[in-house]
Amino acid sequence: MSLKIFDLGLVSFIKAWDFQKDVFQAVKRADFPFGIVLCQHYPVVTMGRSGQKNNILAEEAVLRSRGIEFYEVERGGDVTYHGPGQLTVYPIFDLHYLKKDINLFLRNLEQVIIDLLGDFVIRGKKIRGLTGVWIEEAGKNQKIASIGIAIKNWITFHGLTLNVKKNDLENFSLIRPCGLDIKMTSLESLLGRDIDLDDIKQRLVGKFKEELNDQSRFAGVRRGD
Amino acid sequence: MTKVVLPELGEGIEKATVSYWYFKEGEKVQEKNDLVELTTDKATFNLPCPVSGTVSQILVHEGDTVNVGEVLAIIEEG
Repeated sequence: MSLKIFDLGLVSFIKAWDFQKDVFQAVKRADFPFGIVLCQHYPVVTMGRSGQKNNILAEEAVLRSRGIEFYEVERGGDVTYHGPGQLTVYPIFDLHYLKKDINLFLRNLEQVIIDLLGDFVIRGKKIRGLTGVWIEEAGKNQKIASIGIAIKNWITFHGLTLNVKKNDLENFSLIRPCGLDIKMTSLESLLGRDIDLDDIKQRLVGKFKEELNDQSRFAGVRRGD
Repeated sequence: MTKVVLPELGEGIEKATVSYWYFKEGEKVQEKNDLVELTTDKATFNLPCPVSGTVSQILVHEGDTVNVGEVLAIIEEG
């Protein structure tokens, strides 16, 4: 399966948004069937189509004073925060080559993250009705990865964010992530040591390749809902 | 006259919410133009117009929930 990787490094949300649209057009033209855009964002709060503005707890002036931008976007889901220290991944996949099933695609994105966490002997889990990847600690669920996608002509865009570094979780207190009263966690918080974001990128791309090469996964048989 | 129906979106997805109409009643639309955006749990989905013509009737409005197989709009061809 031909997979093209684009690593944008640390970029503004708007620049990556435009770039996604270019990759989307390339996939639509059938230049390649699957693209992945990897990046870290400068601080930004985004609100998806199911978003409620009252889930942004801070005044717009407070966001601005902290250098945090705000955008309403065409993905599903509510409010989220992106910043340096998170790995944001935009899989732009033509589902005609896999299976035209929104639910299956979302569950497989969760599985990619769960497989990655498995490399660190961390047990991530899915929760039915609460899309994303969760970690259970002392009976409480914390979120480590958030997901919100858009689909046009069965081509996906937007995607997922994995909290890698621990230094950036503080800004989540400015919002109610996904409209829920939840605690966020990160790979570094769980492991108690520094994690190299480039290593995570490589591992994540590897997991996507495994998923795409395993036709029974992205293209059909669902596992472990 | 062509009915625009909410297609199968995936296993376990029985309904979706209309989040945005790209066209109004009476407007001309081309085949494959984005006609309506729908939202499920964590995904938005754009439904393209199946034929070229005029949007003669919009049967569900932004914010309404629709079931798979339900008619969303009627397009008068030509």
